Parts: sequence; structure tokens; C-alpha cells
Amino acid sequence: MNRLKILALLPFAALLSGCDFVVLSPSGDIAAQQRDLVLISTVLMLLIIIPVMALTALFAWRYRSSNTTARYEPEWHHSTKLELVIWSAPLLIIICLGALTWTGTHLLDPFRPLGRIAAGRPVDPNVRPLTVNVVALDWKWLFIYPEQGIATVNEVAAPVDRPIDFHITASSVMNSFYVPALAGQIYAMPGMDSQLHAVINKAGTYKGFSANYSGAGFSSMRFTFKGLSDKDFDGWIAGVKAGGGALEKSDYLALERPSLNEPVRRYASVDKDLYRAIVNMCVEPGKMCVSDMMAVDEKGGLGLAGIRNTLPLAYDKYARRGAVFGAEPSYVAALCSPDAPQGQETIANRVSQNATPLLGNGATRSLFTPADASSTSFLPGLRRKSES
Amino acid sequence: MFDSSTLAKVVFGRLTLESLPLHEPIIVGTFAVVAAGGLALFAAVTYFRLWGYLWREWFTTVDHKRIGIMYMILGIVMLLRGFADALMMRAQQAMAFNGSDGFLPAHHYDQVFTAHGVIMIFFVAMPLVTGLMNYIMPLQIGARDVSFPFLNNFSFWMTTAGAVLVMMSLFVGEFARTGWLAYPPLSNIGYSPDVGVDYYIWALQVAGVGTLLSGVNLICTIVKLRAPGMTLMKMPVFTWTTLCTNILIVASFPVLTAVLALLTLDRYVGTNFFTNDFGGNPMMYVNIIWIWGHPEVYILVLPVFGIFSEVTATFSGKRLFGYTSMVYATVVITVLSYLVWLHHFFTMGSGASVNSFFGITTMIISIPTGAKMFNWLFTMYRGRIRFELPMMWTVAFMLTFVIGGMTGVLLAVPPADFVLHNSLFLVAHFHNVIIGGVVFGIFAGIAYWFPKAFGFRLDPFWGKMSFWFWVVGFYFAFMPLYVLGLMGVTRRLRVFDDPSLQIWFIIAAFGALLIFCGIMCFLVQIAVSVLKREQLRDATGDPWNARTLEWATSSPPPAFNFAFTPVVHTTDAWWDMKSRGYKRPLTGFKPIHMPSNTGTGIILAGLSTAMAVGLIWYMWWLAAASFIALLAVAIGHTFNYHRDYHIPADEVTRVENARTKLLASGAK
Repeated sequence: MNRLKILALLPFAALLSGCDFVVLSPSGDIAAQQRDLVLISTVLMLLIIIPVMALTALFAWRYRSSNTTARYEPEWHHSTKLELVIWSAPLLIIICLGALTWTGTHLLDPFRPLGRIAAGRPVDPNVRPLTVNVVALDWKWLFIYPEQGIATVNEVAAPVDRPIDFHITASSVMNSFYVPALAGQIYAMPGMDSQLHAVINKAGTYKGFSANYSGAGFSSMRFTFKGLSDKDFDGWIAGVKAGGGALEKSDYLALERPSLNEPVRRYASVDKDLYRAIVNMCVEPGKMCVSDMMAVDEKGGLGLAGIRNTLPLAYDKYARRGAVFGAEPSYVAALCSPDAPQGQETIANRVSQNATPLLGNGATRSLFTPADASSTSFLPGLRRKSES
Repeated sequence: MFDSSTLAKVVFGRLTLESLPLHEPIIVGTFAVVAAGGLALFAAVTYFRLWGYLWREWFTTVDHKRIGIMYMILGIVMLLRGFADALMMRAQQAMAFNGSDGFLPAHHYDQVFTAHGVIMIFFVAMPLVTGLMNYIMPLQIGARDVSFPFLNNFSFWMTTAGAVLVMMSLFVGEFARTGWLAYPPLSNIGYSPDVGVDYYIWALQVAGVGTLLSGVNLICTIVKLRAPGMTLMKMPVFTWTTLCTNILIVASFPVLTAVLALLTLDRYVGTNFFTNDFGGNPMMYVNIIWIWGHPEVYILVLPVFGIFSEVTATFSGKRLFGYTSMVYATVVITVLSYLVWLHHFFTMGSGASVNSFFGITTMIISIPTGAKMFNWLFTMYRGRIRFELPMMWTVAFMLTFVIGGMTGVLLAVPPADFVLHNSLFLVAHFHNVIIGGVVFGIFAGIAYWFPKAFGFRLDPFWGKMSFWFWVVGFYFAFMPLYVLGLMGVTRRLRVFDDPSLQIWFIIAAFGALLIFCGIMCFLVQIAVSVLKREQLRDATGDPWNARTLEWATSSPPPAFNFAFTPVVHTTDAWWDMKSRGYKRPLTGFKPIHMPSNTGTGIILAGLSTAMAVGLIWYMWWLAAASFIALLAVAIGHTFNYHRDYHIPADEVTRVENARTKLLASGAK
């Protein structure tokens, strides 16, 4: 009988053996430590789950009503000893798990620089981590290598056993940067600079993707992560550089438009300021960087001019697009200052006519002209079609 | 200036003929079926001249029992819709391999998974749980009705209005394509300029009014209307969990209302709470909505913990083990459920100390939950367990829920969450606790209390068919998702590139089909039971030899519930009365003061629906007119002085004598 049961399990075993349990057998040290935590926690919890399940089955069988030989004590409903056990047994396990959680969370904090590249192999203080800037776009991934001065789309490579310092942001909506073989995920968010420290220990090609739904093209938002030996990595860099192509801010603005199933692209050079500008949402000419706005606000703000200074700060919400109430966005044409008492040209003056942010899911761009009186009507019917 | 198209825009706002999804054959087909079914129902009701009966006896009723039944019907109807979405998702994911795009385009698929989540939580689980609380709790505490009977009717219709809006979005316009919590910036006007998110917002806002008021009502009922002698620590456990649930509702739903209101302002007025511009912060939305969202999980699961407590004690023929610790466990869960919300977004980048704090508080919740599990276990210990349907659901729950609890604690370890967050492992986990906990509990509750509500039992054969299909189907549908999660497969994907994954999705789809059979068997069970009601009739009012007060009255209970308010001396009041040889009083009945029916609730909810439609489609005249009408009707209702009546003593005597006869016939 037992043999038959085992035979019956065989197809399932075959099913499982054909699969790649990447979360349980990763190739990066961080993911491996996270896997260890998964396993240890599971074992700790099974200490109590298995007895509970066994007791449930046992009691259900033993005290079934047809079994009249079992003891029946209809009024028995309290036992201090038992109560102590049933509250303290889970408590003990949670204390162990809590301690594990506290240390594990701090050790594996994605913002914390690595201390080791594998068990028993501390980070060589002479090796600087490889910095990779990651931008989640609609719906592809841009990788910028500031040291090497190159950029790629939907493909990222790193040398084996060298710590990687990812800086992660997004252009429009939330995504999550996740290479299961390498390390756990972290959200990619517009205007935010998240960080992930990780290391890949085995050469190979691994899958990466967005793990947070981000709109119509989400399913195809995949990239490859390549773990390469030092030599291969240098070769890969050289190959990208030899391939030519440049990623300037204007190219980025074209790239960031929503698109599906983007092929791998490589750029031999990249605007040095691009990542900073993306994080600060000021790649488009005429937009004010968040860092500048914060600096201005820190100094006490622009006063009344600040209230009018809305256009350079409108990023993902186009000119009250779809919004029903409210005035057109406006901007400050000139500021008076001790240096320029007649008014100084602000960056907003140079806003280009085509500097319109992206429409989200739709991928269509509507043109924005700031001073169109007919578009300010309260009644939707009186506004231009593109806005209503 | 006012040409015809302008006029059309003023009248219809954004609504045009193109808003009707005529190009989507699936939706057109669904609409045809729904329309045909609706017309048939309408014709039948008209033919049998039932409109007057329905209006007088059901739509305008303020009787908590009938409102409870209507909540259950709403939940079951919406279950069919939500499950249709589930089947479509399972089919799409099982098909979309090897370059196939499946049968759903992104535009449709993204609505399907959003609608599935919203419907299952807000319009299936919530109405079913609220329905049971509404029906049973006042009976358990020996009350005539809830504290505010009219408010109860209004709450129900507001919930229904929300459901109507969600259903409407299927055929007029579209639903949100943002996931069930509509995270900005995706849900902001810049990235979701269509009506979908507006449908989402207004459906939840309208239904939220109902939920919140129902919460106030049930708390007040428990606090003020308990039978004499029923101190807090003598309340049945289901009443306790109802109390805690409604405290959670009252404390957390305003948060949802507020966060949706802020999103509304962002979308309609152009504010910048959750935009990328002007220092707005989408992370704040995630934070606030989960402050509501996590307690919501316990709003669903606490009442079913109560159901399992009642069922286990009754069918084990034994007092509940550890009543006091059960109550404290419930209260501890209530409090702790407010301290864990951040575990839904460990990966958003909070510091390690913040993450571990919330991870550990989450784990602490498993301690009282574990204590509850042990309490049920030791209630079975040395009992005489009758494996009727409710008890079968309970045992299935105990075996299934612990797995979900375990994976839940696993996800509460932040580094583990970094690799499992948003994966199918997570999807499997929350379906494991919601189906294995909430749904199994609701079915246990339905099977347990159906005889109370209708006077006859549910057919056990079809009930067991439904049970096995559900339980086996659940394991087939969700265990593969755990496996897929460990392979690093994330949720909400529409197409896949790795063909080795397909087999798991096919198994999951097969499981979903089994669950579908389970739902069908449940419907057949109800139909068969109605047909065989004479065989299944219960004359005693206490078919399970149960322990709490709801079984002291007849099945179905009279409008006034109890001719005389019972006096309570201990927990398990009815068991106590039975064991001390309680005799029903047969004379001395007095007139009973009762609330009158009113149509105001359904009218207000109808006007709210109209207002929501106006706001969704930018038909400002409609929104304004229905808002004014809302105010007028609400104020007008305050002048309605026909709010109550007395059931004459003769009538009470007649009802009670009928029961005496019935009891005598049952004894033969």
C-alpha cells in the first residue's frame, strides 16, 4: 500500500524536479541568506504547526460521536496548565523568530553596504563596489553605469563576487526591481532613490523583472541579469563602448515614452547628469529639479512667486489634464533679486512647447499650450477635446 | 456657442457611445446573459405580482433578520461575478505561454484582476460576514432588533449601491486597471485618465458609508441591548468577535474614506497629495490605505473565528474550552491589527528597524491566533463530535488555516518578504487565509444557521459535495501558486515566457474549476433543500442541540425574536436553560413595541448611486441634483413620525401558540 502511495507521488516528484526554484537555490549571497531565513523560519514554525495538524486529525478521529469508548466530559472547559502551554509555546517560537527577524532584517537591509560576498568571505576593502543606476521606465529597464559611462536597456551585467551598489528609481509609476537569483526586491519609485546592495556569486544569465504591477505593459517588463567573470565583464563593457550610440537627455525623453517588448539596447556613452536629473524629475528642459525646489523651500520659499511657479513643477499631471476644477498652471516669468533688480529670467521661461509629460497607459502625447483661454472653462464641453 | 455636441457633453459628461464596450465580445456576451437573466427575473416577479410583496416585506424592511438575509443574497450573487473573474484569470494565465497572448488583452485583463479583488473583499466577504453578524448577533444577545433599525436598512442599501456601481462599470465604461488598492501614481489622473478609477473610488465610498454605519449600529446594539444578566464575559464568542470586528470597522473605515477622498481631490481638483509633482508623495497613499487595509483582514476573519467557536462547541457537545482566553485573544488581535500595516510594503524601503518592528508585531498576532486554534482543539478533546456539515468545514479550516498562518508569519520576516513580496506565494498565502478561513467559516455559518433562518436544514448530500469540491479545489488551485512563488513568479502577469511554468497554472486552473463545481453544488444544495423542505423541516428551533440564545426561539424566529426577553445566568445561556428544565411561558404575553418599515433607505441609496454616476461621468447636473435630493429626502425623513408600532398581545399569543403546536407535533 505504502509503495503504491509513493508511486502515486512520482509524477509530482518529476514535476518538481523539472523546475527552477530560484528563490530556494539562488546564485547571489544576499538571496541565499534570505533563502536561509525562509527555511529556518519555516522549520521553526513547523515545530508547532505539525503537532497542531496532527492533534486536529487525532482529536477529530478519536472523539467522533460514533466512538462511544472515548471519554466524554461535556463540562470540562478550563485548565490553567494547558492555557499556559498554549499561550507560551507560540510565544517561545515567536521570541526565537523575532530575534532572528531583528538581526536578519538589519544584516540584510538593502541599504546596508555588504560585509561579505559569501559565507566566510568578507569583502576585500580594496574592491570598490560596482555602481549601477536603475531606472524603471514604461515598460522597460534602463541601466546606467556611471563609472564606465555606458547605459543599457533591458540588460544588466556585473562581475562575479564584486559587490554591486544599485541605485533605483522610476520615471512615472511604481515598479519593483527584482532579480530573484541575485537578491530580494526593492520598489522603484519616481522621485525616490532606493538602494540595493548585492553580489552575484556564480556566472550565468538570470531573469529580472518588475515585481509590482505598473500598467498595461507590465508583463513584458523583463530584463536579463548577467553574472560575468571579471574578464568577461570588461569585455562586455568594451563591447558596449565599441557599439557606439549615446544617451543624452533628449534621447532619454524619447526612450521614456511608453513602449512594449523593448529589445536590448546599448549606449556607449551617457549624459553624466542623467540619473540625478531623473531622480529629481527634471530631465525635460524647463522643469525645476526637486532638489532645487527643496533648496528654495529650505531657504524660506519663493513667497508669492512660489504660488505662481507651478509649470516647472508639473511632472506627471499634465496641465490639470482630466482635472475638472482649478486654473491653468502658471509659471513665474522673471524674478527680481538684488543682483538683477529688473528681473532675472527664470528657467521656466525656456520651457519648450513640446515639454509635455507622458500620458500614462495611453502612450499618446497631447500638446500643451499654456495660454489657451478656451481651455480654462469650467464646463467640460467648452474645453478642448484633448483635455476632457 | 451651444451646438449639439456641447449640449451632449453637458448632459452626458464623458459618457459617449464609445464608452460602451461593444468591441469586446466577452463583455457583450456577458451582458446578453445578464440582461436575459435580469429580464426573466423581472418578468417573473411581475407575472407573480411580487413587486408589492418585495417592496413591503423586504426592500423597506427594518427587521435585522431580513436585512441579514438580503446581505447574504448580495454576497452570493457577487461571489458569482467575482468568481467569473477568477476563472478568466486562471484561464488566461494557463493559456498565455509559448508566445500565445491568451484571450484577454491587457486592457481587459487588468480590469479583471482589479475587479476580482475589489468584489471579493468588499462585495462578497464583507456582505456575507455582515449578513451573519446582522442576523445572528441580536438573537444571541436576546434583543428584539438592532439599535437603529432604519440605519440598518440604509446601510444594506448603500452596500448594494456600491455593488451596483461595480457591476455597472462592466457594461458602461470600464473598471480600474490599477490592482485592488489603486496605488498612485498609477491611479492618478495622469496615468488613469479614464472612468475606471472613478468607478472604484465612488463604489467604495458609497459602500463604505453603509459599512461604517452598520459598524456603529452593531456596536451600539451589543453595548446597549443585551438581555438582562448577560454581562460582557457571558456573551457568546460570536457576539464578542462581532463587537471587536465592528470596533475595527468604525476605527478603520474612516481612514479608507479619507485616503480615497484625497485621491479624489487629486483626480478631480488637481491637488497634489499623491502625485509626483509639487512634493506630492504616492508612498503616503500606500501607508494610509494599509492602515485601513490590514485591520480589514481581521474585520473579515474575526467573525468567522466566532462562527468556528460556536460550531465547535455545539458539535462537540461540550462547553468551549478557555472562553476567557478566547475573549482576550480576540481583543488582543483587535488591538494588534493596528500595529502591523507596514508589513505590506517592507520593500518600499523603510529602515531596518522600522521593518523589523512591524515584522515582529505581525508575528505577535500569531500568538493569540494560535491560542484560539488550541482552544478549538481542546474543545474537541473529550467531546462527542458530530460531523455535520458545519463541523466538517471547521476541521477543514483548522487544517488549512494553519498553513496560511505559517506562510503569513514567513512573509512577516522582512528579508523573506523581500524575495516573496508580490509573488504568487503571497497570492497563495492570502487566498489560503481568506478561503481557508473566511470562506470556509461563512459556509460553516450558513450551514449552521440556515435552519434558524428558514426552519429547515440544508440538504447534507449536496452540502458535502460542495464541501469536498471546495476543499480539494482550494488545494489544487493554490498549492501550485506557492510553488510558482518559490520559482520567483510574480503576480498580475498576463503573459509568460518560461514554458516550464505552464503545468502549474493548468493545475491551478483545474483547481479553480473544482471550486466552481463547489459553488454550483452550493446553489444546487439550496435549491434541493427548498424543494425537500418538508423532509428537512425542523420543528424544534434547535436542530443541533446547540448552546446559545438564538436557538431558544422558533425557526424562523418571529418578527419580535423573543416573546419575553430571556434572562441570562451564564455563558451558553440556552444550554443552561435546557439543562435546568426551562419551560416556555405560554401565557401573559404583552404588546411588543417594534420599528416600522420605511422606504427611505433604498431611496437614499438610489440617489447616492445617481450622484456617484454623475461624478464618475462628469455629469455635474446629475451629481448636483441628486445631492440636493439626498439632503431633501434625508431631512424629509426626520419628519416621518410613523416610525414604530405595537404588535398587539393577541398577535403575540397567536404566534406563540402556533409554535407550541409545532413543538408538540415535533415531539411526536
